[in-house]
Amino acid sequence: MKTDAKLLSMRDALGQTLVELASAMPELVVLDADVSASTKTAGFAKAYPDRFFNVGVAEANMADIAAGMATAGLRPVINTFSLFLALKCADQIRNTICYNNLPVVLAGAYGGLSDSFDGASHQAILDIAMMRALPNMVVIVPADAEEMKQALTLALRRNGPTFIRGCRNETPVLFEGAEPFQIGRARKLRDGKDLTIAACGIPVVMAMEAAERLAADGIDADLLAVATVKPIDEKALAASASKTGAVLAVEEHNIYGGFGGAVAEALARHAPTRMDFIGVQDRFTESGPYDALMKKYGISVDAIVTRAKALVKAKPAAVAASVAMGAVKKSAAKAKGAKKPAGRKPATKKAAATKATPRKPVRRAR
Amino acid sequence: MTTLLKPKVEPERVLAEQDRGKKAAMMQYLAQKFRVDVWDILHDKGTGHWGGASSVAEILTALYFDVLKVRPDEPRWPDRDRLVLSKGHASAMLYTVLANRGFFPIEELHSFRQIDSRLQGHPCMNATPGVDMSTGALGHGMSVSLGMSLAARLQRKSYWTYVIMGEGCLDEGQTWEALMAAAKFKPERLVALIDFNGYQLDGSSDEIMPLAPLFEKFHAFRWNVSPTVFNGHEVGNVLQALAWARQQNQWPAAVIFKTKKGRGISFTEDTHKFHGAVIDDHTYAKGRPELMQTLAELEVAL
Repeated sequence: MKTDAKLLSMRDALGQTLVELASAMPELVVLDADVSASTKTAGFAKAYPDRFFNVGVAEANMADIAAGMATAGLRPVINTFSLFLALKCADQIRNTICYNNLPVVLAGAYGGLSDSFDGASHQAILDIAMMRALPNMVVIVPADAEEMKQALTLALRRNGPTFIRGCRNETPVLFEGAEPFQIGRARKLRDGKDLTIAACGIPVVMAMEAAERLAADGIDADLLAVATVKPIDEKALAASASKTGAVLAVEEHNIYGGFGGAVAEALARHAPTRMDFIGVQDRFTESGPYDALMKKYGISVDAIVTRAKALVKAKPAAVAASVAMGAVKKSAAKAKGAKKPAGRKPATKKAAATKATPRKPVRRAR
Repeated sequence: MTTLLKPKVEPERVLAEQDRGKKAAMMQYLAQKFRVDVWDILHDKGTGHWGGASSVAEILTALYFDVLKVRPDEPRWPDRDRLVLSKGHASAMLYTVLANRGFFPIEELHSFRQIDSRLQGHPCMNATPGVDMSTGALGHGMSVSLGMSLAARLQRKSYWTYVIMGEGCLDEGQTWEALMAAAKFKPERLVALIDFNGYQLDGSSDEIMPLAPLFEKFHAFRWNVSPTVFNGHEVGNVLQALAWARQQNQWPAAVIFKTKKGRGISFTEDTHKFHGAVIDDHTYAKGRPELMQTLAELEVAL
């Protein structure tokens, strides 16, 4: 991780943003299940005690109270650890909040492995899968405190439910001053031709570093930060995949059912592409320092670099050829994989044509 | 398709009636007529829940024809009183009452539980005009109504929020979370109505999950619960109970109604067997005269 970047936790950003929005938004109310000191909604509780409801350790009740409030014109934000939000309120989120398409913001604190020392019982590696399977739900996995702030602000303007997954720990601020976050739009952080790295959440910063290391080794990664897991930016993913012919999905979640799954579903429809998945390999995790834990469970810069290289190596020759043909200025010699697929047309001819259109330059995050 | 009975007293007349005694008799009649409608529809469609729908007939009729401030032509009127039918499987009765109250055409009751219908198996607030909350999975209503009443407090509105729960809802842990939370936040004008019909899907409540002593439980949870258990099938009694609730100044308030599951037909009363069973032709033919007999008696009293 870059050491020069400012560090801030998403939970602090959430707490501050709630307080900032409160005076201009009298319908905003906050609910918490006895973890407000952890989720950082305590600041709101202090500033707006009438609009804060601590329901005790009763998450299901919290979700349905919020639903009832939302039917009457309030804009509730419910807060607890992401794992408990996903599991203890599953019925309430589905049958009341989502079924009725109610404007409730579900702020899942301590997403992924970020509640690292508390262990597997508290680590949320299925929350994205669960939230993604709910009609009407929008699922956002911000990569930094800035994106959290913007996502929360946008979610409160939506006329439907939004899940936002946070992180417990201080992490680098990546998107301050960058192009504003938009629901459903991926950010292009780097243009490359050899493979696509699509990441969400905290691992985005790892993917950025990995892309630089890969570049040093001659592998040119197209890097997408995809904060909105649902609705996912199919267009950006398909365009990138059609260009590179290989996609590595990176997330802090079980490899089943989460962001990687969402990417695979989108690509299977629009641009079938060879893929690999960085994430927890369908195992229960354990206690430990956050960084060490991420590393042990396969979410690290090293892991991204290794898997990216393997993925590029395994690319089918036909795709590699189309990549070479589509490359505008790069010499054909550099595209090593293009060992003349005699007479065979590129599998993704149409896509190869579209991807040649120059993409509007997107500001790269620092 | 069965043609639904035309009532001897029009719903509009019931609403307009000023004489309290007469109005109560009219509502008693209407509730029974709604029971006949539900029996007809459930038989016709071969699906739905008779037992719990029948037990709540008088409670829903009294609420919608005498107590709730609602606007059928403006179902989402922000200042309306709210009714959350937490025991959502009684949907057929709710729909029948709502249709007769003018929220949608009575003919639409024939679309109950059919494809493309606004009348879903369990209440759906975005499908059916007049339904304030979707329910079905049990145990949600108490929390939701708590949220509605807290919203009223924050927005300085004075609407009332009623939630109707059966034993199934009281089995759910979430209900007790909500009861605790309601006693903590004490929202004004939040009233829980218990339709205690004594039976669940699998058997009697005593057998499946004993809830006694229910009054003491509510009391211990710091609710203002009426010491009188009211007869949920006597409209006069139901009105007394609702009047009691409206006179309170300690919140939240609860009323326990003793009712009978499958009320109105001797062989469907006080059994779990007609919780959700299909009303086949034989059962239908056997049961309907009993319902009609009572209806005729109530008509005389009009």
